[in-house]
Amino acid sequence: MMNKGVDVTSLRVVRGGRLVLDDLTFEVAAGQVTGLLGPSGCGKSTLMRAIVGVQRITAGTVRVFGEPAGSASLRRRIGYVTQAPSVYDDLTVAENLAFFARVLGVGADRVEECVRLVDLVEQRSQVVGRLSGGQRSRVSLAVAMLGDPALIVLDEPTVGLDPVLRKDLWETFHRLAAEGAAVFVSSHVMDEANRCDRLLLMRDGRVIADDSPAALLERTGAADIETAFLDIVAAAEVDR
Amino acid sequence: MNARTTLAVAGRVLIQLRRDRRTSAMLLVLPCAVMTLLWWMFEDLPGAGFSALAPALLALIPFIVMFLVTSVTTLRERTSGTLERLLAMPLGKGDFLGGYALAFGAVATVQSALAVGVSTLFLDLDVAGPTWLLLVVAVLDAVLGSALGLFVSAFARTEFQAVQFMPALVVPQILLCGLFVDRSVLPGFLEVISNCLPLSYAVDAMTKVSEDSDPQILGDLGLVGGFAVAALVLGALTLRRQSE
Repeated sequence: MMNKGVDVTSLRVVRGGRLVLDDLTFEVAAGQVTGLLGPSGCGKSTLMRAIVGVQRITAGTVRVFGEPAGSASLRRRIGYVTQAPSVYDDLTVAENLAFFARVLGVGADRVEECVRLVDLVEQRSQVVGRLSGGQRSRVSLAVAMLGDPALIVLDEPTVGLDPVLRKDLWETFHRLAAEGAAVFVSSHVMDEANRCDRLLLMRDGRVIADDSPAALLERTGAADIETAFLDIVAAAEVDR
Repeated sequence: MNARTTLAVAGRVLIQLRRDRRTSAMLLVLPCAVMTLLWWMFEDLPGAGFSALAPALLALIPFIVMFLVTSVTTLRERTSGTLERLLAMPLGKGDFLGGYALAFGAVATVQSALAVGVSTLFLDLDVAGPTWLLLVVAVLDAVLGSALGLFVSAFARTEFQAVQFMPALVVPQILLCGLFVDRSVLPGFLEVISNCLPLSYAVDAMTKVSEDSDPQILGDLGLVGGFAVAALVLGALTLRRQSE
C-alpha cells in the first residue's frame, strides 16, 4: 500500500454562499508528484488552502500524515507556495529567507541551499520588489523549501517562468518526491500534466478524473491530456 | 510567546523601516519640526502657551504616527499573503503582535527621545517632574497607537480605508483629550466619553509629569497600558489561521 501524504474524504467547502468544492475524495501519495489540473476558477486554490489548513471546511475530512489539516504539529512539515508570491517586497532575497528561516528555526546554511535551489544566487542581495515576476515567485518557492517539508503544496508555481527554468523546477519537484516528499502541484497549463506521476482533473469544484497520465490517455484514447480532459468533460455532460 | 520568533518579527520590521529611508527620516524629523512650529507660534505671546500645550502634543504624536504606520503595515501583511504564510508556520499570534509592538516601541523610543530632547533643550519646555517619565508615557502611547492600528487593519481592505480610520478613531480622541477644552468643563456626556478614551489618560499623564515635581501617573499609565493590551487581544482575535 502506498504511503498516504494527504487523505481527503467527502470534502465540501462553501465560501460566501457558493459551493466551491463539492464532495471531493482522493489521496496524495508520498514519494510522488501529483498534479491538480483544471480551468481557472474551478476550485484548485481553495482545495490547496484546505489541505494546508488555512481554509475552513464545511464538511468532510482532510488529513495530512494522519492528522487533521491545520494541526499545529503539521506547520513545520508543510511547504506552501501561493499563487501570488508571499514574500516581502522591501527586503532582499537573503533577508526574506533569513527571516522565515528564523521563524522556522532552521539554520543559515539552509538559506544558502534554498537560494541555490531556485537559482537566485546572483540576486541574493537584491530587493525582491525589483526582481522580475518569475524571480519573485522563485523567492516564494525557496521560502516554502526552507523547512525541508514532507508535504509541498504549490499553487501554479510555474506561471510566467521561462521554459528552461520550468524544466529545472519540475526536476526539483521530482527530486523532492524521490526523497520521499508528497508533492502536490496545481496548473492550468495542460502540457505540464505529462510531468506528473498522477493527475487529478478538476472542473466546477469536482474531481472528474484521478489517474496516471498514461492511464488517462489510454482510457480516453486521446492523443494528449487536453483532449482527454475535454473528452472526460463531454462524457460527464452526457451522464447528466 | 517564543523569544526567537518574536525577535525575528521585530528585526524584520526594523529592516523594512530602515530600507524605507523617507519614512524613517519623517518618523524621526517630523515630530521635532512640529514641536518647533508649536514653540514658534507662541514665541511672541505672553504666558506659558508652549509649555502648556507641548506635553499633550508629545503624547499625540507617537500615538498618531504609530497608529498610521501599523495599520498600513499590517494591512500589507494581510493582503500580500505573508500573514497567511506566517500563520501556516510555527509562529504564535502573540509572537507576531509582540514583534510588531517591540519594533514600533523601539522606533517610538527614539522618536520621542528626539522630540522630548529638542523640546527641553532648545525650546524652553519646563518639565517639573523627571524628564524620562515623558519618554515612558510616549512609548506606552506609541504601543497603544500600534495596537489600535493593528486592530483596525482587520476592517480595512485597502490602504485608503485603513487611513480613513484615523478621522474615525483618532481625531475624536484628540478633540476630547483636554487639549482644546479642559476635560472637566466639557458637557457632561462628552466628559464621560472622554473618560472612556485612552488618549485622555496619556495626555493627563504627560501634563502631570510636566507640571508636578512628584507626578502620580501610575493610574494613568495603567489605564493606557490596559487599553493597549485590550486592543492587542482584540487584534489577535482578528488574526485567523483559517479563513471562511
